[in-house]
Amino acid sequence: MADEADKKAAPEKPKPAGYFEGETMTRRTVFALGGQALGGAAVAAVALPTVGFALAPIFDRPEETWEGVGSPDDFTSDTYRQAVITIVDGVGDTGKTTVYIRRGSEDLGEDPDVFIAISNRCAHLGCPVRFVRAAGTFICPCHGGVYDFEGKVSGGPPVRPLDRFQTRITDDTLEIGPRYSVTNSLEPVRARDPGEFTGGIWEYLYPPRFTVPPAP
Amino acid sequence: MPKIPIPKALQKPAKPGTRSNGAEANGAPGDNGDAVKTDEKRDTRPDLVETAKEGGIDVVGWVDERTGASPFLTGMLLRKVPKGTNWFYTLGSATLFAFVVQALTGVFLAMYYVPSATQAYSSITHLTNDVFLGEFVRGLHKWGATVMVILIFLHMGRTFFFGAYKYPRELNWVIGVVLLILTMVMGLTGYLLPFDQRSYWATIVAMNITGSGPVMGPYLADFLRAGAEFGGTTLPRFYAVHMLLVPGLIIALIGAHLYLVVKLGTTAPPWMRAEPKPKSLREHSVGAGTNGQPNGDRGDE
Repeated sequence: MADEADKKAAPEKPKPAGYFEGETMTRRTVFALGGQALGGAAVAAVALPTVGFALAPIFDRPEETWEGVGSPDDFTSDTYRQAVITIVDGVGDTGKTTVYIRRGSEDLGEDPDVFIAISNRCAHLGCPVRFVRAAGTFICPCHGGVYDFEGKVSGGPPVRPLDRFQTRITDDTLEIGPRYSVTNSLEPVRARDPGEFTGGIWEYLYPPRFTVPPAP
Repeated sequence: MPKIPIPKALQKPAKPGTRSNGAEANGAPGDNGDAVKTDEKRDTRPDLVETAKEGGIDVVGWVDERTGASPFLTGMLLRKVPKGTNWFYTLGSATLFAFVVQALTGVFLAMYYVPSATQAYSSITHLTNDVFLGEFVRGLHKWGATVMVILIFLHMGRTFFFGAYKYPRELNWVIGVVLLILTMVMGLTGYLLPFDQRSYWATIVAMNITGSGPVMGPYLADFLRAGAEFGGTTLPRFYAVHMLLVPGLIIALIGAHLYLVVKLGTTAPPWMRAEPKPKSLREHSVGAGTNGQPNGDRGDE
């Protein structure tokens, strides 16, 4: 009994500084939360720009470049001619790629005034393919991918036809422009990396990238 | 064998319940130490060797008094390991050594290497052919990478087959797997740096494999390349990941990995059996017949 009486008699804890009736947060809590918030803001002010700096190239689309490869009369419809173009500036040979160019073939139902520029980048994993004139096919040295005269897959692991480049004629010079990919029925789509399917549901599973222009 | 002067702070702590001074804990009888001291008193000149020894001990004591690091060090260095611990248990340390070799040789290679698409290859040929011992240091880094991967897998196999990944060490297994992945990232990013035909095309293939992952793949490949095509910033990007980002993560995770090894201790090999407790320590010998005895035994009494 005496104990309980002592408890009642014990003086109440002194109120902390700044206490007022009906407060929902002590001053200590306010300062703790405020300090955390300030620290978080300071971290975000440094971290967000830094991460954005590293991620920026994902959202950057380089300017389209067009490069002349010669007179349109140099190209025929029955075979390809090679040309080397620069797709990335300032990195020497690394930025160059080979293009196989021909005129549209009436036998294949194409307009003879249209030029077809096929990329030598294999649609499997990106090795350089070579056009074998005797067989009329493109052959990849890495994993045995084979493409027919139009660049459609005729054997091996590639998942889609060879990519193409846009073409135009300026001042009687054939110019090669941005790359685009094609579906199995040669419908143009936005440029894709090798190894990615095109057409149908794959257009959603491989969403459009910001770094490449839309399909022509 | 001469007695190695170990500062008291770093000596093995005495077993609880035994009273001993530092000399006894170090394995030397106490009276022997006294004899040495009386001999010293005859010669007033300080013995140079003894002074040097004392100096080292003083330095350790000075640092220990200000850091309090000695319990941590003695706890780590003098910790008990189970009976049956054998050479297979050194594979983790061997992997750590391989990593340290990679880190050191990597720092020195960075003094000569130029991470630029137009200069990388020529800087590699320069450091390999012209720089004194360049071929050796580069060879250490190149072959050391392979050795490190092999050692990691041997270490992982030891952990798996000895059952050392089981409770309570699952988290350390997970950290180890992350370290394995980071080491693979090191292998991938480092492979590009010589910038010859092989490393260029291998990296093209690796990035295209990355890009073929659904939904996130194309963006991830763009991030690695810094654009849709292999360009001027791709090589510096790989270089930064290879020598700054991933090594930092690896060092931090190795710290966590080792902390857990020391904290949780190592496991005995699976063929070791627990030694039976002496009879005096068995639970049923204490207060037998009154508590915890099966009913059948009591019925016979």
